[in-house]
Amino acid sequence: MEYKDYYKILGVARDATQEQIKQAYRKVARKFHPDISKEANAEAKFKDVGEAYEVLKDPEKRAAYDKFGANWREGQHFEPPPNWDAGFEFRGAGYTGGDANGFSDFFESLFGHGHTGRQRQHVFRMQGEDQHAKIVIPLADAYTGARQTITLSRPVVDANGHVATSPHTLHVVIPKGIVEGQRIRLEGQGLPGYGGSPAGDLFLEIAFQEHPLFHADKRDIHMVLPIAPWEAALGASLTVPTLGGNVQVKIPPGSQGGKKLRLKGKGLCSARQNGDQIVTLQIVVPEAKTEEQRNLYRTMAQTMAFNPRSELGI
Amino acid sequence: MTEQRLYIQGVVLGEECRCSLADLCRMCSVNAEIVHEMIEEGIITPEGTSMQEWSFTTVAIKRVQTAIRLQQDLRVNLPGCALALDLLDELEELRRLARRR
Repeated sequence: MEYKDYYKILGVARDATQEQIKQAYRKVARKFHPDISKEANAEAKFKDVGEAYEVLKDPEKRAAYDKFGANWREGQHFEPPPNWDAGFEFRGAGYTGGDANGFSDFFESLFGHGHTGRQRQHVFRMQGEDQHAKIVIPLADAYTGARQTITLSRPVVDANGHVATSPHTLHVVIPKGIVEGQRIRLEGQGLPGYGGSPAGDLFLEIAFQEHPLFHADKRDIHMVLPIAPWEAALGASLTVPTLGGNVQVKIPPGSQGGKKLRLKGKGLCSARQNGDQIVTLQIVVPEAKTEEQRNLYRTMAQTMAFNPRSELGI
Repeated sequence: MTEQRLYIQGVVLGEECRCSLADLCRMCSVNAEIVHEMIEEGIITPEGTSMQEWSFTTVAIKRVQTAIRLQQDLRVNLPGCALALDLLDELEELRRLARRR
């Protein structure tokens, strides 16, 4: 079992007042709330923060925790000494608040587990809780639609009412044309219900893996296409990659760098809505390496009579 | 022997799908009164004139669920939830624009 440094988690000194602990908790709870924070491990941090506050806000639990001394470090191997809690009466007294679901082994071994919340669920019929998860999929899967096997960890209550987490594997269909941030609701695939009640729902939020060429903005797929100056000036028919394979694209004569070409229907298309691929032209100037090549540029300079800075008035 | 896998087909919650008041209440495990309060606060906006005809985009599901979590976890009141949700949307839009650069 790993020691948890509740003071460090809340970012307060060991001699902080109860008022300081409350203020620190509110601040970090807001910071790491999974609906607000974009940090990948926000949910885990939010749980840690809730657990730390559960202990430190209660003077009796805090006093018991403080008995272990100040020399422990976060994550260090830890076993509570026998009868460490003699003289305290919090064990089994229930929680003062918070969702005890998912508190650490460290917490549970010291303070027991959520009697109040869990027991109630055993007595009454109660629908299972909804589960929320984020899955990261390749862009290509969103373009074509795909089938994915995902593993979620979910809390399981054993015969003694002890909460542990166990992996839960699901096979899900990723519908064609799903966009980033969209959610898929899987009815009845959330946490199991109690007393014969139905399970909750599972909400999967979609995120995309980084792609070396493409990036998605809602239904549109953006990419940058490098072209040679003569292709831009004279026009060209070029092979352009899309998520659906290579296509031929006509570059109109006189195209400037930054020009955007829209390839209709080459974005993320669902049954009802279509997306496009937006190609941004990037003119790449070849380096003049030989005297002959430099002469080519000199000839251009003489015959083109071109001032790219005319709009600047210089 | 090939393993037969059953792939679950979910429902995509997007702008184009709509749900009724009853659906919304069921999916968010809230009663209609809470939904009413959220409508009054401008957190979600139904389409349709009478309550029987009300329909919501399925994006409303996320807003209701987030509002409930903000209330429970951070003790934000309903006007605060409305403000936070609008700011979160704006933040999301700015992040999207920043990524495009």
